[in-house]
Amino acid sequence: MLAFLIKRSANAVFVMLSVSFIAFMIFRFVGDPVDLMLNEQATQAQRDELRIRLGLDEPFIMQFGTFVSNAAQGDFGISFRNQQDVLGMISERFPATFELVIVATIISLVVGIPLGVITAIRRQTWYAEAMQFVSIIGVSLPSFVVGIGLILIFSVWLGWLPAFGRGETVQLGWWSTGLLTHSGRMSIILPALSLSLFQITLVMRLVRAEMLEVLRSDFIKFARARGIPARAIHFRHALRNCLMPVVTMTAMQIGGLIAFALVTETVFQWPGMGLLFIQAVTFVDVPIMAAYLCIVALIFVLLNTIVDITYAMIDPRLRGAEK
Amino acid sequence: MMLQPVISMDSPGTAPAPAPALEVSNLTVEFPTKRGVLTAIDDVSMRIEPGEILGVVGESGAGKSITGLAVLGLLESPGRITGGKIHVGGRRVDTLGEDELTKVRGREMGAIFQDPLTALNPLFSIGAQLVETIRRHTDLGKEAARARALQLLREVGIPAPDERLKQYPHQFSGGMRQRVVIALALAAEPGLIIADEPTTALDVSIQAQITALLRRLCKEHRTGIMLVTHDMGVIAETADRVAVMYSGRVVETGRVEDVIHNPQHPYTRGLMAAIPSLHDRVETLTQIDGSMPRLNARPDGCAFNPRCPNAGPRCRRDRPDLVTAGPSLAACFLHEGGTQ
Ligand SMILES: Nc1ncnc2c1ncn2[C@@H]1O[C@H](COP(=O)(O)OP(=O)(O)O)[C@@H](O)[C@H]1O
Ligand code: SF4
Ligand SMILES: [Mg+2]
Repeated sequence: MLAFLIKRSANAVFVMLSVSFIAFMIFRFVGDPVDLMLNEQATQAQRDELRIRLGLDEPFIMQFGTFVSNAAQGDFGISFRNQQDVLGMISERFPATFELVIVATIISLVVGIPLGVITAIRRQTWYAEAMQFVSIIGVSLPSFVVGIGLILIFSVWLGWLPAFGRGETVQLGWWSTGLLTHSGRMSIILPALSLSLFQITLVMRLVRAEMLEVLRSDFIKFARARGIPARAIHFRHALRNCLMPVVTMTAMQIGGLIAFALVTETVFQWPGMGLLFIQAVTFVDVPIMAAYLCIVALIFVLLNTIVDITYAMIDPRLRGAEK
Repeated sequence: MMLQPVISMDSPGTAPAPAPALEVSNLTVEFPTKRGVLTAIDDVSMRIEPGEILGVVGESGAGKSITGLAVLGLLESPGRITGGKIHVGGRRVDTLGEDELTKVRGREMGAIFQDPLTALNPLFSIGAQLVETIRRHTDLGKEAARARALQLLREVGIPAPDERLKQYPHQFSGGMRQRVVIALALAAEPGLIIADEPTTALDVSIQAQITALLRRLCKEHRTGIMLVTHDMGVIAETADRVAVMYSGRVVETGRVEDVIHNPQHPYTRGLMAAIPSLHDRVETLTQIDGSMPRLNARPDGCAFNPRCPNAGPRCRRDRPDLVTAGPSLAACFLHEGGTQ
């Protein structure tokens, strides 16, 4: 277990260092930040002063060292565009994206897993076939179409749910949550649904395929021969053996959604990281892009660790301590 | 039928059941396929008394496993029973619906399959799997079920059962896993156990231990066991009676010593001649020239006629039924007035 932790941490440190190096290199490739930050009329003295303030007069390796040690303390410098603290800007936006993604993921698991099980065990029925068919549509619909459709139905026609924004939020330390207010909860439904639709179909199809595979295995046949009822066979014995790939896929999806929720965030004017990132790209706001890159990498590293721990929880063969 | 009481180890089978553990009469199993209906089991009858081991032997594809699965109600579609009756402990089971069958399986008939490495769910401790099975079939509470699980493990010869209960299948060797599988099959003390090649996947050195265990349990609990194998040596050491299957039919059946020392059917004779010594466990059943016909290419008359040294015109025309043949029963015209 200790060896595992050490190996794991070394791995994580290596990944994070590589990513920060890439992030750091972006600075060098997009040109001189001093030119980007100051206007044409700035004097040479002003330029030099800014150059020293940004630490750009130091040698390359020193600059990278400073970048890493600052980043490790959460200091990604200040935004080129509006001169604000980068970490502050991100931590304002991150909770919005994170809550959206988590709610969407929960929806996709809660809906997708039972659907996958049902379409697998009732595979000859018309409704299972119908769901399979609908799921193909679900996989292929672009998410902005889904988002606009949902807005049209639930906001414009029915007027049940807000079409944009995050509603009221409550501050818990630096974390701002929309889940504790009514308007916040109402506001998250549509974007979360639109984000989860694709995932629901993905989870459903994955669970279905895994279930069909597992249901053919000997231990299922033997469980039936022992008189275990169908419910327990499907939901206890078979489903549990399908969960590993679902866990992997869910983790990758969470990471992917946090990084790329921007389409949905744009459609619903959701004040998350996606919008921040789009603006950063438009204005070549390098510190924000670099910070974004590092944070997304950190999330993937954390997710990977969570996946490994979950694996060990599901499968006793992966637990280290064996007699 | 009521729930069977848990019989303790030291009072083996006190209630002598008058009904046979298994009675299969004129069973037919078919697989409808695109290119016609395949008859995998054709008019098969067999009977197992309580406390008796019936060895079912025959080449691969003879229909041994399908017979066992039909009894358990576990045929996979499109396979289905199209004729005959199956009684387990006096109760007809082939007409039961899936819900009813789920109650009978494990409780009145247990199963042991070939590969112990894959028969147990890898994600649950063997204690969990035992307790699940015990509680399914008895009204024991958690603690009592655990005690019963311990007792079962002890009974099938697993050392340190207290520790073993918490362990997972991958922590057991093949032989030990097969013992766990046997414990699971025994959990509700069923009157019948279908053991489909229970030793084939095991080390030769372990095989004898497992068959000895089955034999002991059969005698102690008066369980009827259908022991499916293609190993004549296992039959010779373990079974009381034997049914020889060929191409979906029983071609000879009788007491083990009769069938081995005085085989009546040309196929059985071929089987026995091919065994150098019954104590050498060698795969022998394929040493008769030729091979068993595929289901869709079964010859008219006796299915064995292309390989039979005694075949005559009648054998290619008519199909022989089981008739008295010496001490046993055999399906061969040699015992029914000749092959002409
Ligand atoms: N799903 C199936 N579809 C068609 N034929 C099958 C199927 N399963 C088994 N059979 C046929 O039934 C026959 C008996 O098989 P089986 O009982 O498994 O033989 P064995 O005696 O080796 O256990 C074989 O000829 C096999 O080809
Ligand atoms: S009936 Fe004819 S072909 Fe069949 S086993 Fe007897 S002699 Fe051989
Ligand atoms: Mg078989």
